Amino acid sequence: MEVSLAIAEAARQADVDVVSAYPITPQTHIVERLAQMVADGDLKASFITVESEHTAMSAAIGASMPGARVFTSTSSQGLALMNEIVFLAASMRVPVVMALANRSLSGPISIWNDHSDIMSVRDVGWVSLFANNGQEAYDLTLMAFRIGEDPRVMLPVMISFDGFILTHMIEPIYIFDDAEIEGFIPPYNPQFKADPKTPMTFGPVGVPEIYTEAHKQQDAALRGSREVIDEVFADFEKRFGRRYNAVETYMTDDADVVLLSQGSVFETTQLSVDELRKEGKKVGAVELRMWRPFPFADLQAALKNAKVVVVLDRAVSFGGQAGPLMSEVRSALYPMKDAPPVIGGIAGLAGRDIMMEHYREFFDMGYRYLETGKEPEVITIVGLRQ
Amino acid sequence: MIEIRFHGRGGQGAVTSAEILAQAAIDGGAFAAAFPSFGSERRGAPLQAFTRIDDKQIKLRTGIYEPDIVMVLDPTLIESQNVASGLKKDGLIVLNTKKDPEFWAEKLGVRRVCAVGATTIAMEELGVPITNVIMLGALLKADELVNPEFVEKRIEARFPRIAQKEIRAFKRAVTEAKVIG
Repeated sequence: MEVSLAIAEAARQADVDVVSAYPITPQTHIVERLAQMVADGDLKASFITVESEHTAMSAAIGASMPGARVFTSTSSQGLALMNEIVFLAASMRVPVVMALANRSLSGPISIWNDHSDIMSVRDVGWVSLFANNGQEAYDLTLMAFRIGEDPRVMLPVMISFDGFILTHMIEPIYIFDDAEIEGFIPPYNPQFKADPKTPMTFGPVGVPEIYTEAHKQQDAALRGSREVIDEVFADFEKRFGRRYNAVETYMTDDADVVLLSQGSVFETTQLSVDELRKEGKKVGAVELRMWRPFPFADLQAALKNAKVVVVLDRAVSFGGQAGPLMSEVRSALYPMKDAPPVIGGIAGLAGRDIMMEHYREFFDMGYRYLETGKEPEVITIVGLRQ
Repeated sequence: MIEIRFHGRGGQGAVTSAEILAQAAIDGGAFAAAFPSFGSERRGAPLQAFTRIDDKQIKLRTGIYEPDIVMVLDPTLIESQNVASGLKKDGLIVLNTKKDPEFWAEKLGVRRVCAVGATTIAMEELGVPITNVIMLGALLKADELVNPEFVEKRIEARFPRIAQKEIRAFKRAVTEAKVIG
């Protein structure tokens, strides 16, 4: 099944009440399929056809406030256009679920895949998770509703998955029978509902006397969502047998050089680890699946034995420290006693294929650092044409 | 793992071919992946699509540069594009052509060639020059990668209104394709 269609199926099985979305490549197949389901009567929901992503997110928030279960999906420029409202979804504590088909931000204009869109919304206050393949994109979309709507969380959740590389991929995906997942997502029943019978104010002005405290609470809520996410991951494993972790690891126990990434490249990274292991090189791979809340302790535990950590970034921090992922990982390890050094490079911008020799180049970067102690040049891009 | 690269023009169904083949392989219990070349799709523009088939989970998500099989859905692409680029030694090339496979074997320097007049079959059976399903028939004659029954089932699901015509065209290709090497 095409991965996009599996995500639409997850939204149907979650029995969403409202889909509010504007089509954009490469997210299009998801919302096309949902529109079809609504038109055919297979999904009893309102599909709000909006004129922009700014309105898509506004309508999503408005629909969520009275208690509707809401799904939306976007990519790149669409996310940029709704940016103003994305923050509000978190601060107004509406558990909207968004499937983010990762695509590069313009310019130059690009429809292809990288992580510049998700990195631009790092601090919006949403729960933010990465899927590495079609099965995970489907599973995590289902789990997102339960995580966000939990009374202890009440936050929006976004699932990132690589545009084209996953959205347009046909691969085996196990889709549950509706009966099989019955009860996994309890009905959504928020404590506070927008209801004309019991008028209430949502989203008021945050005067200096309350804005600070509101932000402190919002941070506590996002940090606190971790416990619920772990519970949902555990229950999912118990029911369906597939294990999800905040930080995924592959052959890291005795690895000297560990390559850290996010999204679908993690799978291909594992093939590269297999190749290098055959040559006797002690290498491993780590994925930071949970982007927010940031899993500090898990990441430190996963990397504690590494001699060097090489981060593969899929976005550029112009004038900054390599990519945003490398900056985050480096600062997350900084408080550790005997923290391994963290270096990094960038690859796979705007759909540039990351080939097997490129993965090898990342590992080589780690070995060169171990030999010479010299960091790679700032903004090292692997696969750059000279 | 078997890697297949499809060359076609936008609107001819190269992406559909890649998808039907992968779905049929998955139906048969294998692992498979199919994906387009991620360009801006335009009708008539050359494009590529890819299928991988394996007996274990496919974690490789790069493009296909050294295919085991190349499929060319449009006769005008055989010479205008380097379709045999990277083809593995003893790889198979399946061509939509009126010429004999021997002609192309010599011209392209490829030993295993399967030739089928796919456009002729398409015009006669379907009335449109869309060769996706027909090319799959030719492929399966040269190399039965997947059970043709699974392909037929997927054709039925994909083209419910013209399924019988499509299947007849598919079967004609199995009969009429010429294979050497």
